[in-house]
Amino acid sequence: MSEFLEYALLGLLSGGVTALVALSFVLIYKGTGVVNFAVGEVMMLGAYLYYAGAVTFGLPPWAAFVIALGVIGLLAVLVERAVLRPLSGQPTVAVLMATIGMASIIHGGVEAVWGGDTYTPPTLLPRTPLLMGDILIPGTVLGNFAVAALLIGGFLAFFRYSRTGIALRATASDPVTASTLGININYAQRLTWVLSGLVGTVAGVLIASSAGLSPLLASAALAVFAAIILGGMDSVLGAIVASLIVGLVEALGAGYLGGKSRDVVPYVVVLAILVVRPYGMFGSRSIERL
Amino acid sequence: MLAPLPSPAAPADGQPAGTAGLALAVDGVDLRFGGITALRGVSFEAAPGQVTAVIGPNGAGKTSVFNTISGFYRPAAGRIRLGEVDITDAPVHRRAGMGLARTFQNIALFRGLSVLENIKLGGHHLMRAGVLSALAYGRKARDEELALRAEIEERVIEFLEIDHIRHRSVDVLSYGLQKRVELARALAMRPRVLLLDEPVAGMNREETEDMARFILDVQEEWGVTVLLVEHDMGMVMDISSHVVVLNFGQVIASGAPAEVRRHPLVVEAYLGADAGAEAPAEPAVS
Repeated sequence: MSEFLEYALLGLLSGGVTALVALSFVLIYKGTGVVNFAVGEVMMLGAYLYYAGAVTFGLPPWAAFVIALGVIGLLAVLVERAVLRPLSGQPTVAVLMATIGMASIIHGGVEAVWGGDTYTPPTLLPRTPLLMGDILIPGTVLGNFAVAALLIGGFLAFFRYSRTGIALRATASDPVTASTLGININYAQRLTWVLSGLVGTVAGVLIASSAGLSPLLASAALAVFAAIILGGMDSVLGAIVASLIVGLVEALGAGYLGGKSRDVVPYVVVLAILVVRPYGMFGSRSIERL
Repeated sequence: MLAPLPSPAAPADGQPAGTAGLALAVDGVDLRFGGITALRGVSFEAAPGQVTAVIGPNGAGKTSVFNTISGFYRPAAGRIRLGEVDITDAPVHRRAGMGLARTFQNIALFRGLSVLENIKLGGHHLMRAGVLSALAYGRKARDEELALRAEIEERVIEFLEIDHIRHRSVDVLSYGLQKRVELARALAMRPRVLLLDEPVAGMNREETEDMARFILDVQEEWGVTVLLVEHDMGMVMDISSHVVVLNFGQVIASGAPAEVRRHPLVVEAYLGADAGAEAPAEPAVS
């Protein structure tokens, strides 16, 4: 029983970071209607920038973290202006291909600069493990979950209560009407890309400082796609719940069926749920097929 | 990087936007989509503080005129003026700060948001606190938010008699109430010129009379300039002081309701070329 509890707890906790990556994706899908396939790469790039700041330039980890956030934010502004805005009004597939292109560019760029080695960036969070009876929870897992939960809670409150958050929701649901109310749509969309990039960077740094940093980090986003599709692409709450489910299933599968099942079991579960609920658990029915 | 989301609300002359109506002038506007001319030399003026109606058969260009005034379409020639300010080239979101508000033919409320949230979005452009302060929900943002809310409660929600539904989601409201919430949102913008695109389309008699009364109240008590597009001829004739008739993208008549009703070109446009000789008291309208 305590074995089951340990797997379940670890799974749920690691689902927190997955939820953060999912949030990065859902923000953009909700805010601009773009399916962003570069989420994993943005996350990876943010983590590499953090590593470069903290190790190559020897800055304190917190300073390196802030700089990584700043650079990603700036890149998000540039990409929105130079790539995505000119493509607005084009078919969904064109924008989707553009995000896949950006993903390749980032991936190639990172490998050209840093190569394929695995680095160990300094950790931002305390590593003290938590011992609950027989169950040992590693400190990084706990810290990652805490950061993810705080950030996600903050975003939910921001979208629910703040004026800017409500304006972003309004822009997402009907940009034309939003603009007649005096909301600057270009600005709202730029803000959406920046926020998504920042969330992705936090997730990337968290993952890299607990599991090591290599170009493989980008593929962590793949598991997130399972969660996003399960949760419904346009539901923040759905993304969170689905991420926790995927984390749980992954950990239980790895614990009882062996580590390799990790790559299979979540998808089987997602597939099974989608057969019953094709639009995801919380998604709206109007989602187009891609 | 993080400039304030709302556009600056001050009009070009630097005065804060009041609620006294401004004149709206459409001056020689041509609008083309590729080879198709949607509007040709359209000129008219909505007098400050008055109700002006734009009527015409389907496809005459009424909505094109509205969309040009809103800034969705850029005219190939001609100017649009709000008071003394030429707004022809102003971006859509800036026009809100200059005092222009509108409602849509197909209700354009934000689904999933409550009545109050929808209405508060109308006041969005009036608030200056930047994103960072709003993110932190700082004192300035909070004060602005409270002031706006008080004004909305007092001047808009009570005025339009929608107190009882303020916390409901707009999705569950009846059609007539949704139209009223959309008007409330436009009023929360403290408009000086209010564009109403078919405010009573699809409404029953009673709802139409309510809406007509609200429009007249808005015009009388707030002094707002109202420009409306409407098919309900009875309502147009009752509440407008000036009527502009469009057909095939051109203004064919313009004047007081009683004059326009008898104008031979108007009768022809509504009833066909042969009916011109015997003008009925009131043109039938689809």
